[in-house]
Amino acid sequence: MQSAVGNRRPLTARAGVLGLQGDFAEHLATLDRLGIEGVDVRRPEQLDEIDALIIPGGESTTIGKLASQYGIIDKLKDRVAEGMPVWGTCAGAIFIAKEVPGHPHPLASLMDMTVERNAFGRQLESFEADLDVEPLGPAPFHAVFIRAPRISRVGPGVEVLARLGDGTVVAARQGRLLATSFHPELTRDERFHRYFLSLGKT
Amino acid sequence: MASQSTPDKNGSKSTWTLKTGLAQMLKGGVIMDVVTAEHAKIAEEAGAVAVMALERVPADIRAAGGVARMSDPEMIHSIMEAVTIPVMAKARIGHFVEAQVLEAIGVDYVDESEVLTPADLKYHIDKHAFKVPFVCGARDLGEALRRINEGAAMIRSKGEAGTGNIVEAVTHIRAITDAIIELSEMGPDAQEKRATDYRVPVELVRQVAKDAKLPVVLFCAGGIATPADAALMMQLGAEGNFVGSGIFKSADPARRAKAIVEATTHFRDAKLVAEVSRGLGEAMRGLSLESIPAQERLAVRGW
Repeated sequence: MQSAVGNRRPLTARAGVLGLQGDFAEHLATLDRLGIEGVDVRRPEQLDEIDALIIPGGESTTIGKLASQYGIIDKLKDRVAEGMPVWGTCAGAIFIAKEVPGHPHPLASLMDMTVERNAFGRQLESFEADLDVEPLGPAPFHAVFIRAPRISRVGPGVEVLARLGDGTVVAARQGRLLATSFHPELTRDERFHRYFLSLGKT
Repeated sequence: MASQSTPDKNGSKSTWTLKTGLAQMLKGGVIMDVVTAEHAKIAEEAGAVAVMALERVPADIRAAGGVARMSDPEMIHSIMEAVTIPVMAKARIGHFVEAQVLEAIGVDYVDESEVLTPADLKYHIDKHAFKVPFVCGARDLGEALRRINEGAAMIRSKGEAGTGNIVEAVTHIRAITDAIIELSEMGPDAQEKRATDYRVPVELVRQVAKDAKLPVVLFCAGGIATPADAALMMQLGAEGNFVGSGIFKSADPARRAKAIVEATTHFRDAKLVAEVSRGLGEAMRGLSLESIPAQERLAVRGW
């Protein structure tokens, strides 16, 4: 695949996917297609064995509860302070946001943005759309939004990577932290995964 | 930024990717039956990934007898208002107008369920005709594939609802997973014959054989009452669990719900399952299968 990041070999050797709940298997399968060793992370000590972490789609209330209960959030904060890249897709983006209005459970609070849950409505309002994502090259990225959140505020130092036609922010990056409202792991397009794995070098 | 292909938030909706995709997001989680908004909040607080809104849990449907129908839309709506997680609701087998009503209310998933009294003895609902995704029960691979062919975007093994007895759930998940393995080891001719037996297109059978899994998410249902039950079903190949009567018919629903969530996530960690199982109080009483007259078995509804 030809793209801005397509032909570079990512430095990340082992990437973790938080496997507490959600579509972690789809992320692991994508990593496998890229030749990256994926680790299904369910315990805090596993965060020491990986160079990058993906937080998958799922239910943010469930993932947040399980993660805080078993000490994953505290450990994750330490690893992020050491420079480990983290990417949240959908529920994962909610998980890493500093502000989530009305969220009932403690979350990791890593990235300076506000993320609103179920911002487009219930399942019947779930949708697919093509996005322009500059760092991925000129070809549009086909994005799958399922009961998706939106990024309603980004702090200074947060770069917007993709918007919908009406201007709604659906992908953003702050240093080595990446957030997408949608699910690149549900498509066969691996450019977002390659882009994330390249962040460890920046 | 490139100017071509303006993204539009009103892009395509209700596609197969979106229908099956929501089920993918529920994997590794527990979907709990709830009969009131208060139950729904307890379930959400315990870490449920979704709730099934219904008027009576299966154990009470079984006890009450009579005709079991779709729940009152008012009650379903009050549960949708009470929680932020997805809300599912049940329609009777073949009752496509109940499904239309549920779609109109805006539930996130419809369960065409044998727990309710069937409305049609010949046809299941044509689920492709709906925008809302469907989950259906199955006792074996043929039944699962017939439902998928009709448009079910998620399958749950049936078990025997309302019994708190795991034996049928085990039988059904084993029947499904064993048949998938068998299929993947068959030659093309045998697969074609199997497709005829199952009354589904051979392409669907070949896809299952090639992937060695269903093309949609497979949950387990019907009889889970303890954290160990939940972990058992996950070790047997379920991708998540439905728990009905097992939670709110127990002595301490909030604690048991949380324990079943944790056992579903950490299903290979016996120490953790042991830990969460301690002092949970009494489980639902449960029924032996032999004590249920043949005509009161729910799993045989649907075909």
